[in-house]
Formats: sequence, C-alpha cells, structure tokens
Amino acid sequence: MSLDFFVSHYNYWVVIFLMMVGFYILISRGNLIKKIIGLNVFQTSVFMLYISMGKITGGTPPILIGDAHGGEAAGHVVYSNPLPHVLILTAIVVGIATTSVGLALAVRIKEAYGTLEEDEINRIEAQVEASE
Amino acid sequence: MGEGAGRVTAHLPILQVVVPLLAAPICAVLRHGRAAAWLAVLASWSVLGIALALLGQVMAGGVISYHIGDWVPPIGIEYRVDIVNAWVLVIVASIGAVVAPYAIASVEHEIAARRIPLFYAAYLLSLSGLLGIAITGDVFNVFVFLEISSLSAYALISLGRPRRALTAAYRYLIMGSVGATFIVIGIGLLYVMTGSLNMADLAELLPGVWDSRTVKVAYGFLGVGICLKLALFPLHLWLPNAYAFAPSPVTAFMASTATKVAVYMLLRFFLSIFGAAFSFEVMALDRILLPLALVAVFSMSLVAIFQVDVKRLLAYSSVAQIGYMILGLSFASVTGLTATLLHLFNHALMKGALFMALGCVVYRIGSVHIDAMAGLGKRMPWTMAAFVVGGLSLVGVPLTVGFISKWYLILGALEKGGLWIAVAVLVLVTSVMALVYVWRVVESAYLREFSGDEGTREAPLSLLAPTWVLVAANVYFGIDAVRTAGVARQAAEVLMAGIGS
Amino acid sequence: MSIELLLALSLAVPAAGTFLILLLRRSPNAREAASLVTAGALFAIVLRIYGVVSSGERPAVVLAEPIRGIPIALEAEPLGVLFALIASFLWIVTTMYSIGYMRGHHEKNQTRFYVFFAFAIASVMGVAFAGNLFTLFLFYEVLSLTTFPLVTHAGTDAARRAGRVYLGILFGTSIAFQLLAIVWTYSVAGTLDFRTGGILDGRLAGIAVPVLLGLFVFGIGKAAVMPFHRWLPAAMVAPTPVSALLHAVAVVKAGVFSVLKISVYVFGIDFLAAAGASIWLMWVAAATIVLGSLVAFTKDNLKARLAYSTVSQLSYVVLGAMLANSWGVIGSGLHILMHAFGKITLFFCAGAIMVAGHKSEVSQLKGLGRTMPVTFGAFFIGTLSIVGLPPTGGSWSKWFLGVGSLEAGQVGLMAVLMVSSLLSLAYLMEIPLKGFFHKPDEPPRHEGIHEGPKWSLVAIVTTAVACLALFLYPEPFYRLMTMVAGP
Repeated sequence: MSLDFFVSHYNYWVVIFLMMVGFYILISRGNLIKKIIGLNVFQTSVFMLYISMGKITGGTPPILIGDAHGGEAAGHVVYSNPLPHVLILTAIVVGIATTSVGLALAVRIKEAYGTLEEDEINRIEAQVEASE
Repeated sequence: MGEGAGRVTAHLPILQVVVPLLAAPICAVLRHGRAAAWLAVLASWSVLGIALALLGQVMAGGVISYHIGDWVPPIGIEYRVDIVNAWVLVIVASIGAVVAPYAIASVEHEIAARRIPLFYAAYLLSLSGLLGIAITGDVFNVFVFLEISSLSAYALISLGRPRRALTAAYRYLIMGSVGATFIVIGIGLLYVMTGSLNMADLAELLPGVWDSRTVKVAYGFLGVGICLKLALFPLHLWLPNAYAFAPSPVTAFMASTATKVAVYMLLRFFLSIFGAAFSFEVMALDRILLPLALVAVFSMSLVAIFQVDVKRLLAYSSVAQIGYMILGLSFASVTGLTATLLHLFNHALMKGALFMALGCVVYRIGSVHIDAMAGLGKRMPWTMAAFVVGGLSLVGVPLTVGFISKWYLILGALEKGGLWIAVAVLVLVTSVMALVYVWRVVESAYLREFSGDEGTREAPLSLLAPTWVLVAANVYFGIDAVRTAGVARQAAEVLMAGIGS
Repeated sequence: MSIELLLALSLAVPAAGTFLILLLRRSPNAREAASLVTAGALFAIVLRIYGVVSSGERPAVVLAEPIRGIPIALEAEPLGVLFALIASFLWIVTTMYSIGYMRGHHEKNQTRFYVFFAFAIASVMGVAFAGNLFTLFLFYEVLSLTTFPLVTHAGTDAARRAGRVYLGILFGTSIAFQLLAIVWTYSVAGTLDFRTGGILDGRLAGIAVPVLLGLFVFGIGKAAVMPFHRWLPAAMVAPTPVSALLHAVAVVKAGVFSVLKISVYVFGIDFLAAAGASIWLMWVAAATIVLGSLVAFTKDNLKARLAYSTVSQLSYVVLGAMLANSWGVIGSGLHILMHAFGKITLFFCAGAIMVAGHKSEVSQLKGLGRTMPVTFGAFFIGTLSIVGLPPTGGSWSKWFLGVGSLEAGQVGLMAVLMVSSLLSLAYLMEIPLKGFFHKPDEPPRHEGIHEGPKWSLVAIVTTAVACLALFLYPEPFYRLMTMVAGP
C-alpha cells in the first residue's frame, strides 16, 4: 500500500476513524447520554462518506451555465454530484429525530430510575426482579 | 365518475403510504382520544382496502410501476409493486386493520389518557413506515421509511406501563439505529459502484461489478443491518424486552409486522437487487444463514420453555419463528422460499392472535405471569380458547396455518435429500418444544385453581372480536391454504428468477 | 339419502350431539337420553355404510382441500368400516354404562364428560373413514386433543401429571415421527391417498423402507409400541368409562388401526414382504407383547394391570400388520374387534367393582365374586376372550395370527404368541379365581356390597354375551377383512 494510495483516499480513512470512534463510545460507555453521542459520531461518519464521494476534484456546484437547452458550454462543465448531498440532508433530519427520541427516552429513564448509568439501572431492575 | 375512479386507482401505490402518513399528524392534534382512535381505524381499514386492491391489480396485470411526481426512474423515485411486496403489503395492512380497533379499549386501559392521541399518531406513522419499506422501489427511500417506522416504534414501546419499557425502548433505539446506519452504509457503497438507487436499475447494473470488493462489503453491511432489524439470532437481544414491556396492541402489531417487513427487506435486497445467483453462488448466503437459523430455532425455543412471563415467552418464540423463515430462505429453493413467504403471513396471524389474547388477559388481571393466569380458562373462556387455538397453530397442528408453514418447510428440506433430513427432524423437534411452552400456559389456565380477584370476568367484546378475527383467520387459512400457498409460490418464483430450481 | 352424505354425517352426528348435550345440560335425564340417541343414530349410519361397502363399493367424499392435491377426504373401505362398527356400537354400550357409573360415582362436570366423549367419537369416525394419510393424521391429532380433558377429568395433581405424559407422548411422537414420515411419503410418492397395493412400491428402496415404516410405527404413539407406551397406563386416572371405551378401544385401536391401514394401503403388504422392511418391527412388537405381559403381572392395581395387558395385546395387532401376509392382516383386523369386546368387558367389570365394591386392587378381591356374581362371571368370559380360548371370539384372531406367523416363516413368533397367552391367562384369571374361590379375609368386609348400578350391568352383560357370540358368528367380519387382504 503506497503512501500515495493512503493520501488520495484520506477521506475514507477519516470516515473509518470516526466510525470506529463512534462505535467504540456506543459500546463501551455505560452512560445513556454518552451512548447517544457515540451514535451521533457514528452516523456523522456515514454522512462524510456520502458527501465526500459526491465530490469530484475541480468540480463546480451543479448549476447550469449558459444555454439551458444543451448549448455549447453546458457539456463541458465538471460538476459535483448533488444527489448525495440531498440524501444526506434527509439522513441528517433522520439523525436529529433519532437523537431527540433517544434524549427524550433518557429523560424519562432518569425520571423513572433516578440515574442514567446503565449499570445502576440493571442493578435496580435485578433487585426488582428478585423481590417479585 | 369512471374517469375519476380510474385516476384514483392509478394512484393507489402512493395512497397506500400517504393515507396513514397524513392521518398521523391529524391524530396527534386531535385532543380527544376516541376521535383519534376512530380516525386511526378508518385510516387502517382504507389502507387494507388499498393493499388488497393492489394485490388484485398485480395478480391480474403484473408489476405496477408508479413514478412519484412523474419523474422517470432511475432519476425519480419509483414505487414498484410486484407479487412479492403486494403480498407483504397485505400482511402488514391486515394486521394494522385488525389491531387498530383492538387498540381502542386496550389503550384506554394501558396508556394515560393524554397520550392516547399521540399513540395513534405513532401507530399510523409506524404503519406507513412499514408499508413504505414494502412498496418503494428506491433503496434510499427504504432507509427513510425504515427510520419512520422505527422511530415511531421506539415511541410506542416506551408507552408501556412498566418503567422497563423505557429501557427496552432505549436499547432498541440504539441497536435499531446502528442497524439502520449499517444499511445506509451499504446503500452508499452500492451507489458508489453503480450511481443508482433504483432497485430495478441496481439489479441490472450490479452483475457487472460482482467481482468488486466494495459490492461484497456493501452486501455485508446490509446483511448485518437488516438482520439486526429482523432480530436474527444472535442479533435479537433487543427484541424480548421490547415485546414484553410494550403495550399489548403494540406488541401484537410489531410482532406480526415489523420483523416480517425486515425479512422482506432481506429477500428484496439479497434476492432481487443483488440477485439470487449472486447471493447463493457467490456469497454463499445459504451456508451462512443455515446454521444461524438452526441455532435460533433451537436455542430460542429452549429459552422460551423456561420463561414465566408469557409475553416474554412468546417474544422468544418469535425469535425462534424468525429462525424458521430464515431457514426456508437458506434452502435456496422455490419450496423453501415458499415456506418463508407463507410463514411471514401465517406467523403474523398466529402471533397477532396470541398477543391479542394476552392483551385481553392484561386488560382483566393486569399481568401475564404464568401463575397469575392460573385457572383463567374458566373465568375468561373465550380469551383462553383463542390462546389455545393460536398456540396450536404455533405448534403446527393440522387445520391451522402453522401446519401449512411446517408442511412446506419440511417438504423443502426433504426435497434437498441427503443430510437435510436432519434439518426436517430439527424442525419437528422444535415444534414439540413449542408444544411444551404453549402447553405450560394452557395447563396453568385450565388445570389450576383461579386465585385472583373474584370479580374477574371475560374481556369486553371490543377486544375479543378482533382477537377472534385473527383466530378465525388462523383456522380458515389452515383449511384453505391453496390460495395463500399459490401467491407465496408465485412470489418465491419471482424472487428465485434467474436461478435454476 | 346418498351414501356420501351419510359418510359426512358419521362425523357430523356425534359433533352435533355435543351441542344437543350442551343444550340439555340442565336436565341430566334429557342430556343422557340425547347421548344415547346420538350414539344410536351413529350406529345406524355406520350399519348403512357397512351395507354399501360390503357389496364392494367404496364411497368417498372430499370435505376441503387445504393444500393442493392433499384434500381432507373421507372414504369408506372395509377396514375402516370394521373399526367404525366397533367404535359406534361400543359407544352405545359405554353410554349406558357411563350413566350408571357417573351417577353411582358422583362425578363432577358430567356434561363436560359427555361433550368431549362425543367429540372423541367424532374424531374416531374421522380416523376410521380417513381417505388419505393427511386426513388420518388430522383426526388422529384431534382425537388426542379431545380426549385430553377426559384424562384430566378429575382435576387432581395426579391427573395433571398424567395429562402431561399423555399429551406429551401422543403429540410428541406424532409430530416428531409421524408428520416427518408423512411428508417424506409425499415427497417420494407425490400423493397421500390410500390405495390397494400401496403407493410406495417402486419409489422407495433399500434402508429407507424399514426406516420410514419405523417412523410410522413409532410415530403412531397410540399403538403403544414400547418404548412409547407410557401414556396408556398414565391415562388410567380417567374415569372408568373413558378407560373402557377410549383407552381399551377407540384411542388405542385408532393407533393400531392406523398402523394396519398404513401397512396395507400405503406400503402394501406385498411390497413390505418383498422389502423385508417389517422384520425388525415384528420383533419390537413381539418384545412389547412379552414385556407388557410381564409388567401386568407385577401390578396389583386392577386398572393398571388391564392397561399393561392392553399394551401387550395391541402389539398383537401391530405384529399382525408387520407379518405382511394376508393371514396376518386378517388376524390383525379381527384382533382389533375381538380385543375390543374382551377388554371393554374387563374394564366395565373393574369400574363396577370400584363403584359398587369400592375396591381397586387385585389383592382386595377375595371372595367378592360371591356378592357380585354377574360382574365376575362377565370378567371370566372377558378373560377367556383376551387369552384366546374357545368359546369366545378371541380364539379366532389368535388363530389367524398364528397361521400368519407360520406363513411368514417366523416360528419364533409363534412361540412368543403362546408364551404371552399363557402369561395373560395367569395374570387375568387370578381375578375371577380370587373372586369366586378365595375366602374373604374378614367375612364382614363385603357387607353392604352388591352388584353395580343396573345401567352398568346391562352394558356388562351385553359385551360379555357379544364375546361369546363372536365365537359363533365371526363370519361378517372375516368377510370384511378378506376384502382388505384376500388370502
């Protein structure tokens, strides 16, 4: 694997790094809020993946220049693919929704259990189960 | 008039999703619980009508392709209905239509009054999300609908009375979001390779890039993501608590639809988009799924036997039953896939009936602990009779739908010959295990003395009627399975197209 | 009335009877009259079907078609008619007996008892007239389910445990083995219909044949072939009329009947004989015969002793089927009949002794025969029939089974039959001998004991006389069996 390969694909390395960080937080942290943060980082890495793959070196925004009906200039403009941006706009909305539902649940859990630590909650549940 | 009707008919695919999607916010702003309930019933029934009409259209005239906003695919989003998803739409819509009226009484009993309109809003959103997954012909759209259905499902589960419903919903949210994100990654990688998001288009473009590692990685991400959603062992950990602590109608609805739609996603992605040939010949999907399915069926049936909370017992049984569906897929044959598709429908019927019967029990005695249910056979004869029939169906006794599924599953195994007979034996052994866990409940209800409140009576008709509709369906489609098996077989042939069998 | 309609009615009448019984639950007299009328009507219907079938016809009717090519279908053929005749006739007798017994014993939930009894008979009819393997399996399972409430009738812990064993073994074996065998048969033969000469000839060969046959024989748990016999003694917690009709006649005979029917119409006896597939099962049956008798010896409880005697006798029928020749099949079919009458007599007597004499153990019976002469006299006749001695019907079936064994070249089996007959003579004859000839331990102990209720006595005498009559007139039944497997 040459350095050149490494450098030219740097966006993917960033994505993989973010993905792993997010996933690690998700799994290793017991705090319910931190888990949601991990989930956000994890999802963001995917946004990066989409966005960066739509970009073409030297590409312009996808705006038609000159004659809209297939004139001379239109054929030669190199533009970035707009579709991934649109998709990720949707995905960001979905991500926000997920985060807000997750946070809302965390609030309710805090109200019901008095804690946000997973270990604590498990302990309380085990106690209740044993006393039943 | 005629032209108007024709115009409506042409737009059925989009109406299928839009009707519940629009009804949902109206439910949310309605302050009155009953009004929201009836709106939900109305919406879910019209959804069923649309689904049946679509199935009729597909059976008569073949694949329906609907272009949203008249943008021609692959640029625009396409809704594409073939026999496979018409079948899934009917399953989801029927359960949705039966559970909605059931929810009215059940929800008033289990959920705080001020949250009831929100419950119906979430219910309809979840319904439209599931229908959307089934109907769309665009892979990114699948993700969007998946999240619509999942987010509303998290909310629905958290409405459960025990506080553990909250942690169950939270855990489902984390695992579900990870699954969904895996699916987005898979979709993104496919887009990198092909530049398309349209399913039909992808199916044509993908064979050209079969060899690329990216496609295989995409396959892996999609596989893990979807299997998380369908709770395939060992990715099922979110399911038992979610089902056990959710409100009764939610459990009945989710158990009968959510995992079924996830199985559909699996079939659609792996057999239609990647192609049966790629899945079975290049990726060896059958050899990966077979051991997982076998372990799921066996171990989860075993775990179910030792549960004391009957809802949880049935939840584990659901994971085992999902194993049967995946088992059918892993036969990589038309008969096996017929069994899978039949079991989608049949399992929806039986688990729906069972969870609804349990909802009746919760309504009256507030618990589904196996000891609390002692002696209920005399107190709530109709409810428990429904449970017995549903249970027998789960075991696979003839005259019930369960038997039909088992029949095709075993036939599929024997068709392959050789050592596959061991798989057939395992299917039967696990049926006997199902008998054990069902019978524990039946024995408690019929052969023990009732120890609860003296005033305990039969559940109200508004709960019993929908329950018995599903029970009757269990028996009806067990006696007359020619039509359902016919549709399932046709769908299986469509999915297996391009591979000799 | 068309014969096809009658065939459907043979199921519908007892099923409708249940509603009548439920409707009349407030008045015991009317309820029991309804039971009797239903039983009588059913017997009349079966007699009519017998008339048609004995003239060579095979009426058939399709009820539904769940899976394409596998309908729920009824077909009357000689073997099924024989079984239906036995079950429907004995239902009348047992209903009479139950009226006396249930009242004499002050059982609770009598309506439930009659309802499920009628349901069970309806499923027995379904088994008898099943037109294909699927239908047979279906009614076989329904029969297990409908008899479950009867086994657990008492509602005690013991009954609950027994119910668990009962359903566990019957459902377990049928799902794990029988269903597998059925699907296997379908995948090989492409059909599940019963046909003379079988449907498997030429489609299955080698080791698969004995394996498939084994799956069927063990999968039919109701035939009580060891080691799947435990449910039968467990079922003895049921009220005696249930033990008498269901666990000495209907349910167990449904099992051996299925084995016989499958051997004849699915495998075909010529195919079985040519493949030599049944030899190993012959010896399993023989072992069950001997072991069952030996266990019966050790039981002091009267019903338990009769139950193990049933286990042993059932394997005679299985053995006859496994001999795979006409004499074996004829003997097998006749043994279903002869054993039914003999064993039901014995159970009726045991019930009468329990209700009137309050005795359940063999060792308590000394001298009781003098106070209950009719009961013990009938028991004696029943014993003769089970052992196979003239002048009772049982001698015919043993005779043909013996001929069949010799024809199959299995002299060893002949010896087994002889030894087992001697054993059964010993463990059964002990009871009337004790009753008539032993002095009671303490003379006053039997005071206040008299014959059983009169309804029960009528039933006992009827079946005992039938045992004798069958010795003189086995002809119609023999003719039916030769239609199944002419020598």
